[in-house]
Formats: sequence, structure tokens, C-alpha cells
Amino acid sequence: MAGPRAALRRGFDRAERLLDRPFGPDWNPLGQLGPLGWFLFWIVAATGIYLFIFFDTGVVDAYASVEWLSRDHWWHAGLARSLHRYASDLMVLVMFTHLLREWAMDRYRGRRWFSWVTGVPVIWFVYLSGITGYWLVWDELAQYVAVTTTELLDTLGIFAEPIARNFLAPPLLSGRFFTLMVFLHIAIPLLLLLMMWIHTQRITSARTNPPRGLAVLTLVALVVGSLLVPAVSQGPADLATVPQRVGIDWFILSLYPLIESVPAGVIWWGVLAFTVLLFGIPWLPGRREAGAAEVFLDYCNGCSRCVADCPYNAITLVPRSDGLSFSHEVEVNPARCVACGICMGACPSSSPFRRSGDLHTGIDLPGRPLAQLRAEVIATGQALSGPGRVLTLACAHGAGAGEAPGRVVLPCVAMTPPSLIDFAISRGLADGVAVAGCAERDCFNRFGHAWTTARFARERDPYLRQRVPRERVLTVWAGPSEPARLRAELDAFAARLAELPAFPNVRPIDEEEAAEAEAAALRRVAAK
Amino acid sequence: MTAPAPFWRGRVRHLALGGTLTLALTLATAALSAWPGWQSVAEGDGVLRLSFTHSGARACRDRTPEELAALPRNMRTAQLCERARSPVRVELDIDGRSAFAADVNPSGLADSGPSRVYRRFELPAGSHVVRLRMQDDPAAPDFTQTAAFAIDLAPGQSVAIDFDATTGRFFLY
Repeated sequence: MAGPRAALRRGFDRAERLLDRPFGPDWNPLGQLGPLGWFLFWIVAATGIYLFIFFDTGVVDAYASVEWLSRDHWWHAGLARSLHRYASDLMVLVMFTHLLREWAMDRYRGRRWFSWVTGVPVIWFVYLSGITGYWLVWDELAQYVAVTTTELLDTLGIFAEPIARNFLAPPLLSGRFFTLMVFLHIAIPLLLLLMMWIHTQRITSARTNPPRGLAVLTLVALVVGSLLVPAVSQGPADLATVPQRVGIDWFILSLYPLIESVPAGVIWWGVLAFTVLLFGIPWLPGRREAGAAEVFLDYCNGCSRCVADCPYNAITLVPRSDGLSFSHEVEVNPARCVACGICMGACPSSSPFRRSGDLHTGIDLPGRPLAQLRAEVIATGQALSGPGRVLTLACAHGAGAGEAPGRVVLPCVAMTPPSLIDFAISRGLADGVAVAGCAERDCFNRFGHAWTTARFARERDPYLRQRVPRERVLTVWAGPSEPARLRAELDAFAARLAELPAFPNVRPIDEEEAAEAEAAALRRVAAK
Repeated sequence: MTAPAPFWRGRVRHLALGGTLTLALTLATAALSAWPGWQSVAEGDGVLRLSFTHSGARACRDRTPEELAALPRNMRTAQLCERARSPVRVELDIDGRSAFAADVNPSGLADSGPSRVYRRFELPAGSHVVRLRMQDDPAAPDFTQTAAFAIDLAPGQSVAIDFDATTGRFFLY
């Protein structure tokens, strides 16, 4: 991997490893940015509803009511105000870190374009929600924001008369203005919520709640931070004056100094170019992806395990169409399938032990079918020698992404049917199998880590059979910046395997299987 | 059936260290939510704004008796006017120097709306003489409205000049 994206990805991986220590991989905030964004949104929404109880709309009443709740009732309403502001600010931070991380992880293009594109309006709705919120306080900052915003909007020339005239002098400001702003400050966050919901529609079981521990940490930190540094208003707005120096919220209002410093056309064209660029990024350039998974009805009984395991909502259960005595079959939506292969790993027909005819399964990847995967495992295993032979099934997005002896690299380790591990050991291809997935905190294909762990723990179908000795199976979860740790764990595993007695009842690979494997290996080399 | 273990079981270190880091991030966020300040208008300066909405004249002529006779009774208006309005010429001098001079076009797709002006001038505090001239009818030989104001601008003060079409005068807020 090279280039700015790879460098940023390694940077994220290193930062995440650092945060793994104080938080633990499952509470690592960098692995929970999406759920954190949702959590912060709900904090902002709940505190906003609470604040609305005390807020008065009116030229004088607005500021007075905010002062009253901040000073006289600091312990509940003032706290809610601080939570409202700081959670909004953190939401901006989380949102942009999420955007940058998804770009670095290359999870924004190809068939994953939808989540990226629907995330772009979320950015603007978050900003608009924040900006309209600042107007409501009607302090000096609100006056500054109101005047600067309306002067910018007036440059569009779309209003019947300059809306900045509303702030020309005290008599021109109407109490209805605050009613309008309250309406906008409610309507825009509702649209934001709608966009956030759409944003998560093309993935299965979208994580909209962070782990409880991280949620508690975030909420407690926000409450303590709000009590230590409460949000306060600046002086009351006075249209007979002009705010000279204002305390800016650099998360939400960072564009305002720029608006004052450059011509309005630069701002509008800049915003437009930034938005168009963000929308277009998934196709600049696009990604050439492997073909979508295909269903083979002769081997599919409609058990729906692939439906349950697909991370991208790409597989659905539909009525049977081939007359066989099953009620359902599965159907793949090629526009959503990213060819991660998790469905193949979930299919009970994906057994490498089967020898009757060609090896097929119920749902297979045309670019990397099960038959080829078995052949690759055979070829890789047969090339191993010496004591403590380790066959590694590695994730293409983790520490084991690079080619290495004894290693088969997969789009996702959950593509491996557990029976393939049984096969590799019981057919004498290796003394042990290592599954090297991507970092535990955030699987590239969302559920690869979870499904693999559950299958090996015999908690989720298809199970890793009881007869597979667990001391001969190693799982390593390591990100792209951890090849040294992976190597060390594999070496230690090989040393442990070398101490074990030979695996009993090995049925070696026969000549026909070896020939198939060799042919498949040659095909793969030719394809590369 | 046993109850699931509480989420914090065995996580004291994560709660302490993770909590400390999250609190530090929250405090940094709180600081950046109001600091550092932004100097929007220089210390010692004030702002003068010129803003008004005024319609330029339309080119009209009297209908001939023949034209009037050809019209239904209820449509016999004496004059026939173009839909489009003329631009409004506005000139503003501050302390004898031209600060703004423009022919402000009428608004609307058919140029039938009023001309709109909104200009902002940042000025040092002190006394200033502001002179305004406006011509809303190109047929008029000279400016149709003029005004002069002596303004004593305090630091941070905002003064606005508006136009009242009913009296035909500029005035100060």
C-alpha cells in the first residue's frame, strides 16, 4: 500500500492502537465514530427539547431566558445548555474524523458509494443546525452570526429585499424572527435525523449505539466538562452597536472569519466545489470490484444463514423458484454486494470435504469460488515444510495483507467456512491454521471479526467442529501497521505446534486433488 | 440462567484512563467552543450601513384618444408604461471621498422590482460627514434626492442610513 490514503490509514491504525490501551478495542472511540455520532445527536436532541421548555421567543426575552436558565438554574437547565453545545461540537469533530477515516479505509466507493454520498448532506445539516442554534441565544455572537449570515445570503440576490435589513437597527427586529429561528432549529435537525437514517440504510444492523461503556464514558465526561466549563452567553445583542470581538465556536462557526475575509463569490463557489467534490469522490476514481456473489440453487436450501451474515443487506430471502421442496431461496442484489465472501463462509454447503463432482456451494464468489479457495489452501499447504507448519488465512485489510509463504489472503477472513480449517488440519496440509483478521476494533467488512469469533466459539452457524483441536487454531486481529506483531504471534504459534505430537488420522491429499490445486494456483497466477 | 455481567466488570482501568482522556477531549472542545476570539471589527472602529429599497421610474407615455377608444372602458388608463423600471443611481461620499457609486439595477426577472441597496462601511470612530445622492428617474435632469449627515461615530457603534419612499427622504437609524 502506498500513497496518501495508505499513509493516512496507517496513521489511523497507529492512533487506534494507542487508544486500544486506555479504552480497550471494543470501546475504542475511533472504531465507534458512527455510533458515537448517533449518541451525540441524541444528547443534543434530548437537551434541546429540555431547553425549549425554558426558552422564550422575543427580542428581549430570548437572551433573558437563556441567561436565566444558565445562571439561576445552572444545575439542570444550564447543564443541559452546556451539554447541548459541547455534544454538538463533538458531533462535528466525530463527523469529520468519521469521514476522513472511511476515506482512509477505502470504504467509500465501489458498491459502498451510497453510505458516502448520503453522508454529505449530513455535514451541511449539522452545520445549519448549529448555526441556527447560535442565533437563538441573541447575544453578541448571535448578532454577529445573524448579520454575517444574512449579508452572505443576500449576495445570492434571491430575496425580495435584503434580509440583512432585519438587523439594520433595533426597531427593525421583530419577535417573529425568533419564532422562525426556533422553527428552523427544530426542522433542520429533523431533516438531519432523516438523512442519518438514510445514511445507514444499505448496511445490515447499522451500529447506532456505541458500546455501553463508551457511552457512559462520553456522557460522564460531557457532564463533568459542562460543570467545570459551563457554556455562557456573550453580552446581549444590540443592533445599535456592532460586535467587535466575538468568542467563536470553532467547530460550528469556523467558516465565519473566512466569510468576512474573502469575497462572497469565493465562499459560494468554494462551498459548491467542496460539496460536488465530496459527492464525486467515490468515482474519482471508482473501484474495480470483484463480481457479486452468485446463488446456485442446486446447493441452496434457503436456510438464510447468508442473509443473516451479509453485512451489506445485499441478500434477501425470496420464494422458491425452481420447484424444489424448500419454501425459500436467496437472492443477491449485485448493486450492494461488495464480494467480501462472508456469505460463502456462512453457507452450510461450503464444505471442502465434498468429493462428488465439482465443488460447488449454495452461494459463491465468481472471482474466487470455493473450489479455487480449496485449491489455493491445498497448494499453499503442500508448499509448507518442517516442524510447526502454519497455514495462514489472512484478511486483505489487516497486518497479513501482503503475500507470504504459507499465507492465503482473502477479502475477509469470515469468507472461510470453518470446515476449511478442519480440512487443512485433517488432510495434513498444516499442523495448525492461523486466521489473521483485521483489527478487532473495527472490521473492514463490518462483521468479519464477530462472525469468525462466534463460529469458532460454536455460538453461530456454521460452527467450527468440536473435533478440531483448538490448540491448532490461532486467531490474530491486527491492523495494517502491525505486521511485526503478526509475525511474532505466528512464530510463537509455529513453535507451539512443533511441540505437539503429529495430528492423528491424517488423510493425505490424493494426486487428483493435488493436480486440481496446482491448476488452480496457475490460474490465480495468470489472473494476477 | 445467570444475569449478564455488568459492562464495567474488569474494566476499571479502561473506565479510569478512557474517562480521563474523554474528559480531556471534552475540556479541549469546551475551550475551542469560545476561544480564541475573532476580531470582526477593529478596536476603535464603527460601522455605517446604507440600506434601502426603492423603485426606479418606469418609462410612460400618454395614450392617444384612438388608443383609449380601442380599449374596453375598464382598461382605459391614461398612461401606457413599460414593465421594466429604470436603474437607481446612488452615490455616497464619506468625508468628501466617494465610497459608493453605482447604478443599482431593478430586481425581478422582468426588471420590474425595486432596486435594493445594502452596503457596509467600517469607519474609524469620530466625526464623519456623509453625503448621499440618488436619481431614480433617468429623465430627470439631476439627482432627485440628496442628503447630508454629520455622524459622530463611537467605537463599536452601528449607524444605518435608510430611505423613506413616502417622504422621499433619507434618514438615520
